[in-house]
Amino acid sequence: MSETPAEGPEEDEKAEKRRWFGRLKSGLGRSSDKLTGGITDIFTKRKLDEESLAELEELLIMADLGPATAAKVAGDFAGARFGKEVTPEEVRGALAEQIARILEPAARPLEIDPAIRPFVVLVVGVNGTGKTTTIGKLAKRLRDEGRSVMLCAGDTFRAAAIEQLQIWGERIGAPVVAGKQGASPAGLAYDAFVRAKAEGTEVLLVDTAGRLHNKAHLMEELEKIIRVLRKHDESAPHATLLVLDATTGQNALAQVETFQKAAPLTGLVVTKLDGSARGGVIVALAERFGIPVNAVGVGEGAEDLRPFSARDFARGLMGLEG
Amino acid sequence: MFESLSSRLGEVFDKLTRRGALREEDVDAALREVRVALLEADVALPVVKTFIEGVRERAVGQEVLRSVTPGQMVVKIVHDHLVEMLGGEAEEINLRAAPPVAILMVGLQGSGKTTSTAKIAKLLTTRQKKKVLMASLDVRRPAAQEQLAVLGRQAGIATLPVVMGEPPVAIARRAMQSARLEAYDVVMLDTAGRLHVDDALMTEAEAVAQVVGAVETLLVADAMTGQDAVNVAQSFDQRLTLTGIVLTRVDGDARGGAALSMRGVTGRPIKLMGTGEGLDAIEPFHPDRIAGRILGMGDIVGLVEKAQETMEEDEAKRLAKKFEKGKFDLEDMAQQLRQMRKMGGLEGVLGLLPGVGKMKKQLAQANVDESMLIRQEAMISSMTVKERQRPEIIKASRKRRIATGSGTSVQDINKLLKQFQEMQRMMKQMKKLGQKGMMRGGMPGMPGMPGGPGLPQR
Ligand SMILES: Nc1nc2c(ncn2[C@@H]2O[C@H](COP(=O)(O)OP(=O)(O)OP(=O)(O)O)[C@@H](O)[C@H]2O)c(=O)[nH]1
Ligand SMILES: Nc1nc2c(ncn2[C@@H]2O[C@H](COP(=O)(O)OP(=O)(O)OP(=O)(O)O)[C@@H](O)[C@H]2O)c(=O)[nH]1
Ligand SMILES: [Mg+2]
Ligand SMILES: [Mg+2]
Repeated sequence: MSETPAEGPEEDEKAEKRRWFGRLKSGLGRSSDKLTGGITDIFTKRKLDEESLAELEELLIMADLGPATAAKVAGDFAGARFGKEVTPEEVRGALAEQIARILEPAARPLEIDPAIRPFVVLVVGVNGTGKTTTIGKLAKRLRDEGRSVMLCAGDTFRAAAIEQLQIWGERIGAPVVAGKQGASPAGLAYDAFVRAKAEGTEVLLVDTAGRLHNKAHLMEELEKIIRVLRKHDESAPHATLLVLDATTGQNALAQVETFQKAAPLTGLVVTKLDGSARGGVIVALAERFGIPVNAVGVGEGAEDLRPFSARDFARGLMGLEG
Repeated sequence: MFESLSSRLGEVFDKLTRRGALREEDVDAALREVRVALLEADVALPVVKTFIEGVRERAVGQEVLRSVTPGQMVVKIVHDHLVEMLGGEAEEINLRAAPPVAILMVGLQGSGKTTSTAKIAKLLTTRQKKKVLMASLDVRRPAAQEQLAVLGRQAGIATLPVVMGEPPVAIARRAMQSARLEAYDVVMLDTAGRLHVDDALMTEAEAVAQVVGAVETLLVADAMTGQDAVNVAQSFDQRLTLTGIVLTRVDGDARGGAALSMRGVTGRPIKLMGTGEGLDAIEPFHPDRIAGRILGMGDIVGLVEKAQETMEEDEAKRLAKKFEKGKFDLEDMAQQLRQMRKMGGLEGVLGLLPGVGKMKKQLAQANVDESMLIRQEAMISSMTVKERQRPEIIKASRKRRIATGSGTSVQDINKLLKQFQEMQRMMKQMKKLGQKGMMRGGMPGMPGMPGGPGLPQR
């Protein structure tokens, strides 16, 4: 995904970027209206004091940063500026910068190593976050880059999960390895690996059933998938992506922590950022786990996957133009 | 990760010596902790504020009962107020209208609408003997209609045949027509996931609601939802006049503050909660359980019920008796280990228990994890019956034999035995707690751990 740019000419790239940002922002904007409105109110009226700091903290809380991270970010922010007269723009810009600095190390795209064939990407997460859709989007992106892609319908549990992935496969023009509902997902992943290897496929995307991280037997099932893949290739899976729904609150921390134990994660994909949830928990995640955010989802279509830009995200959060 | 509210408040009030009535500044100090607890639980900030104000009014000036600490007093006031706000008693699905009664399911993408549609249909069919038809109006998500059809086959519920290319409003109309002709009592309408900020799709939902004359319009929302829950619930309510909320994924370990947010901002009742992926995993809403969770005090009631539901009555009694006499042997421990794994492992069980903040840390330090549970089971199964009943006879040579037999080390055996002793000690403590009335129903099980498998397969 990373080394070859998705779009050819630079112009296209710029237009594309504007479009995605506009889309992200129109989503973010709807609720950051409240946020920025709030900040404007605070800072045109008075200088940065104890009270305005508390309000700033509240605004961050409303963006799902969580009480602890919100307090820390607001506190750090106020450190240098305390007691000074500040304009609303300064506050927004500076706060966005500060958040961007926290997120910057996390803004890393998914790297596909062309030397590894098949490069196996395992996609995991709790129920309904957007795993299957993200696989469709990723496959589309990879196909557009000219790579061969194979999909593995590893969710053998949920009703019509297999059909769902098969439709994505047809849309994108990628073969789908599927078994029967109820089949062993580990066995299926194994089959898919063998086939991808035999056909010289560059990237194998493995879908998995949604699983709540507090269910030990389901986490064991995930471990088994990984064990079986490693029998073939010790380095597999080469990427393990946790798909996180941006509407999720503080539970995201527990999700990352627990999934990390069962399946060492290489990155996150944050979906549904086209809604009004701002996904501020990513800031808490970046602080605590330093885990990369590989991409974000901004819609239900095949094209609606975007690289994660710390600056755009943070500025969008503050309701500022890209 | 979360300290329980009670232990937090304990710290606040430790600093005070007991006083007659709760004073304003003490209450304020306590409420600062309550505020953080609610925010960590994802209750939306505006709702937190209103809630705190309500508690404050009640708490200031309250006499502290002699038998409790000021901290416990505040927790009780907070808990009671929370239960009240969440809506005292569970409300049922309203079917009081001329059949076919239309029930419209709406919500964000992936919240659990399709699954909940099938769950409710099954509930109405089996419990209330209704004839239910399900129809999928989701023409957007790949294989959405197929998903509902599969669930219909699994649950033995009729689904409206799919006509390719038919738009949602037309499907809705056809569903109602078929239901009238074929004398169905209820029509469950599953819709595509939609963002509340997506005007076109919200307009479409309005049109559907109107065409079918929905008696129930239920918002299906994820218990893990963060601060955005207020925006979502408010928008859906404004556009569609909700009649209730279905809270899904309550089987997760989210604190579930979204329940309070949505209820607080719409006033609509939470009618049902989803507790798993299976079609029977749906229950009436239990405000007291969710209240305990939001406060980080553990879902004690749920835990006890779960344990009672699934554990053989006789077995429970047998174990309870053993505990009373302090005769808890390794065989019992092995059984508890098995049951615990089935209940979602240590973490799963602990998440449901009160005051686990500290214990979780201890466990983390002790390196107790799932594979450890399995290893311990293996060790116990390598013991003789006598050894299991009287662990004190396990000396050096026996230890070596057991270690070889279970593929572990003598050190591991020592650890196991030490843990067993620790359990016996904790069991005594637990018994004391039980006498204080915390563990209603004489819960059987490992000290601090409940007995009984409970969670459905998924
Ligand atoms: N608005 C929006 N919807 C999305 C996005 N990503 C996924 N969705 C929608 O979210 C819903 C769930 O997506 P799935 O891909 O089926 O989620 P999943 O994680 O595979 O779900 P399970 O396999 O059931 O656990 C679908 O309706 C998707 O269209 C996104 O970025 N934005
Ligand atoms: N653990 C758990 N999983 C649930 C629950 N309810 C639904 N799910 C799972 O959540 C995922 C999404 O459920 P769906 O019913 O497809 O959600 P939906 O709202 O219809 O999704 P879209 O139609 O794509 O918007 C599936 O994997 C379900 O099995 C629940 O109460 N607990
Ligand atoms: Mg899926
Ligand atoms: Mg659906």
